[in-house]
Amino acid sequence: MSAAVEYLRIRDLHAFYGESHILHGMDLRVNRGECVSLLGRNGAGRTSTLRAILGLTGKRTGSIMLNGRETIAMTTHRIAQLGVGYCPEERGIYASLSCEENLLLPPRIGNRGMSLEEIYRMFPNLAERRHSPGTRLSGGEQQMLAMARILWSGAQLLLLDEVSEGLAPVIVQQLAAVIGDLKSKGFTIILVEQNFHFAAPLADRMYIVEHGQIAAEIAQDEIETKQELLQEYLGV
Amino acid sequence: MSEIFGIPVQALMAQLMLGLVNGSFYAVLSLGLAVIFGMLNIINFAHGALYMMGAFLAWMGLEYLGIGYWPTLLLAPLAVGVFGIIVERGMLRWLYKLDHLYGLLLTFGLALVIEGFFTNAYGVSGQPYSIPAQLSGGFNLGFMFLPYYRGWVIVASLVVCFATWFGIEKTRLGAYLRAATENPQLTQAFGINVPMMVMLTYGFGAALAGFAGVLAAPVIQVSPLMGSHLIITVFAVVVIGGMGSILGSILTGLGLGVIEGITNLLYPAASNTVVFVIMAIVLMVRPAGLFGKEK
Repeated sequence: MSAAVEYLRIRDLHAFYGESHILHGMDLRVNRGECVSLLGRNGAGRTSTLRAILGLTGKRTGSIMLNGRETIAMTTHRIAQLGVGYCPEERGIYASLSCEENLLLPPRIGNRGMSLEEIYRMFPNLAERRHSPGTRLSGGEQQMLAMARILWSGAQLLLLDEVSEGLAPVIVQQLAAVIGDLKSKGFTIILVEQNFHFAAPLADRMYIVEHGQIAAEIAQDEIETKQELLQEYLGV
Repeated sequence: MSEIFGIPVQALMAQLMLGLVNGSFYAVLSLGLAVIFGMLNIINFAHGALYMMGAFLAWMGLEYLGIGYWPTLLLAPLAVGVFGIIVERGMLRWLYKLDHLYGLLLTFGLALVIEGFFTNAYGVSGQPYSIPAQLSGGFNLGFMFLPYYRGWVIVASLVVCFATWFGIEKTRLGAYLRAATENPQLTQAFGINVPMMVMLTYGFGAALAGFAGVLAAPVIQVSPLMGSHLIITVFAVVVIGGMGSILGSILTGLGLGVIEGITNLLYPAASNTVVFVIMAIVLMVRPAGLFGKEK
């Protein structure tokens, strides 16, 4: 890890929705090419952390360094243009856009986005459904589309929120394979997951989030030895 | 040949034509309202005033600067669009997080200010604006006389409406617009500058109103109150068509213009109210409007 290059560094991040204070001094770091999972109970602040990175919460204080640049004061679209791709929990597929329009929506960042052929090779279902309205797709297809969309954009930091939620086991396996593939391609990934068994094999490190703060950090090789901690926070 | 249901064909055709001309104005104006409402969630009560501004700028351009009809057709909407952008940046954008009602009140107040300004400067009696030389005269179609200018109003409106529809439904920029209308936050999270799109959308809607104003200038007298006369009917058109539907507002605008024209022939006393009667019926049967989606 000593040679690792820091890609995202969050220090003392506080975030608010209106009057309610939701993040209470988050501190975390993600290295380039690393897959980090945020685990925790519902309402612990995992989704809010992803949203705060993109400036989608209300007021934010603290520091979010992205690839060496301070982004805390930037507007959402400027942050996205630095190479952040967001795959929201509710998937965010637009009903008024066709499948392919959904896919091609994000403006390309640099020249690192995947080509349409590459994406359709990765997600053959989407090629078949390209002219269907976005929300006519099945849940699994919508999830694939939400992932494919940020791969098209050329984002290098992928924020994936509960991608395995509510999907059939066979689709979850496919998604795990896709994320594994993305890791090997050098993407930096933050995986917010309820499903520990989905996240554990993919994540290089895990953070446990509790009350809007990082409660614990577990490296991949510590999973066995830190079972008690996992039991305590997650019940697994 | 000369009568259908006891109505002289010539009179029927003339009213249909008049209906289509009015319908063209309804279509362009309600289209602008629909685009603005979709993106900004604001009911733009200033729309009639912007339409009047377009007509007045055309008249002022000719009167003071000697700018003719054709350049004005481009310049006046542009100026109204820029005015719209200033209004959006300066005032409207502070209201997005509040209830619809605030936007409605602000734009209503704005309409009063703009109308007051022009009334103060030019009085309420209309200013004449003559039909451009190239479009004076008309065709004799045998069964009726079609003034060139009326035909031009219909064609120009249809072209602008279709181009707007095409731009929104079939282009990449249109996809941004639809996405930003549906989920502005997420769309911004994909790197699209949504605040700028909102600004341009209001500017574009305002420019559409200005365009309709220039088209209308030679047909009706250019008067500070021309907008407020028309806008009430246009709001009824939008309610009937359904807020936020592009094609719906175009078709409803044209259709209601024609219905008004025919009513004027069959039962003239009802021609001013027929649109509102239809609105009441539509609201009872389909509260979201003919083309609107219920939420």
